Amino acid sequence: MAMRIVAETARLMGAPGLIPIDSAHIDGALYHGDSGTLFAEKLVEGGARVGVRATLNVGSIDLTGCSKNRLPAGERAMAARMMAAYRTLGCEATWTCAPYQAGHRPQAGSDVAWGESNAVVFCNSVLGARTNRYGDFLDIACAIAGVAPDYGLHRAQNRLASVIFDVGGLEAGTFAEETIWPVLGALYGRETGTAIGVVAGLPVRPDEDALKAFGAAAASSGSVGLFHMAGVTPEAPDIATCLGGREPQARITVTPAMLADARRRLSTIEAAGHLDAVAIGSPHLSATEFERLERLLAGRRLAVPLYACTGRHALAALEREGRRQALEACGVVIVADTCIVVTPILPTLAGGVLMTNSGKFAHYAPGNTGYGVLYGSLADCVESAVAGRPVFVGEAS
Amino acid sequence: MRPVATRILVPGRPALGPALVLTAPISFWGGVDPKSGRIADVRHPQAGALVSGQVMFLPGTIGSSSAAAVLLELVHAKLAPSALVLDEPDAILLLGLIVAREMGLPVPIAVQLAKAEQGAWAGRQVAIGDDGVMSAV
Repeated sequence: MAMRIVAETARLMGAPGLIPIDSAHIDGALYHGDSGTLFAEKLVEGGARVGVRATLNVGSIDLTGCSKNRLPAGERAMAARMMAAYRTLGCEATWTCAPYQAGHRPQAGSDVAWGESNAVVFCNSVLGARTNRYGDFLDIACAIAGVAPDYGLHRAQNRLASVIFDVGGLEAGTFAEETIWPVLGALYGRETGTAIGVVAGLPVRPDEDALKAFGAAAASSGSVGLFHMAGVTPEAPDIATCLGGREPQARITVTPAMLADARRRLSTIEAAGHLDAVAIGSPHLSATEFERLERLLAGRRLAVPLYACTGRHALAALEREGRRQALEACGVVIVADTCIVVTPILPTLAGGVLMTNSGKFAHYAPGNTGYGVLYGSLADCVESAVAGRPVFVGEAS
Repeated sequence: MRPVATRILVPGRPALGPALVLTAPISFWGGVDPKSGRIADVRHPQAGALVSGQVMFLPGTIGSSSAAAVLLELVHAKLAPSALVLDEPDAILLLGLIVAREMGLPVPIAVQLAKAEQGAWAGRQVAIGDDGVMSAV
């Protein structure tokens, strides 16, 4: 069945053949309804096992017990069966949307089959490994078959940029703000759509968490599977190289007004007098991001819950050092293995207001949680959670 | 309108239903509620519209890799569109139909029609035969 699914997809996409893959990241273990569980169990019944290293994306249940969700008992049981089935297939219990920060970093130039839009864009753009945007089912089918359809971003000539996304006209001070990365990413995704772009004119070198935030926002606002940043990402030592020596088909010159508009569009409400929750960690928080949270929080008690979503890779260090308990004592709710937009963790609330610093949460929270979204920096998020109402302090490290 | 021959992306049952022509790309995950069959993305121009039983025209698909799971669940829950009309093939979404067929479920047909030609079908009852021919009825 796995090989039939891979072959049928190859036919659909016009791929001339199949190529071996080194690894997979599996997005399929999230419960959307009983059909996904039945599919995974059908693979188990057929005796399938993954043939390559396969890490797992988030599930619907926090198996670490850090957080509770409100799934009805029947659905929780089906979600648990699904997570168990993927383990039986031989996948690693990483349960994170940031596998690249949990020790799964394929070699540049290698072919892999990764799911989860932010992981795909990071894998292609930052690590330089080659993957298409694998959807649920195809990722596990490829992991079992050990092969993938040879088309799209697996081919070098399809990885070249055709659009220049020029940020050289923005003031250098703009890049001192951490929110520039998700905001710019959201704008990039909307402007470039399915084309591959190269970000040019950056006055600073973004760190790994900044690249993660940019890519996640770009993948949620557009079909972005790969971006280049001149002088930053591995396939873009310079602009000419990642254009493959061709002329660009378009040049997008980013203005402060475009950036302001992109930032405004991350919020769904203009202003709010109250605040019900704060959520961070999409993609999952890294160890470094937890350190920033702790610095900004400085042991203060929160008036509204701050949901901090992460994976076991970051949680392990927090627990070892007693930091999880300290954060929880302040009112932080650590959410591991899953996150607040994929499973019902937030209370149902008419007119609920959520603040986030994540471009991806900002995109998906209104549809998936029913909460209105206010977008702010991590400092805004922490100060608002402490005050119990929206507070915009701007940026702070 | 004159019938047009479309390219079949995933074979399925012949379709008959009202056209739902989206005017912006959509992500099925987060964009369509698998329990109600309605468009849940509040920022989408067709927010709130029912997709179930409609001939759904998609100018583009975006975002999450869980789109196929939502589509499979719609098929499983008998809430799927009666057909999908895509500007270009999207493996992420259409996997939902390929897997539904593997699981023995009745699968709506998916065909390809350029987005520039999609708007003209708005407001009509649309039939798509198992040969991919699309016509207004």
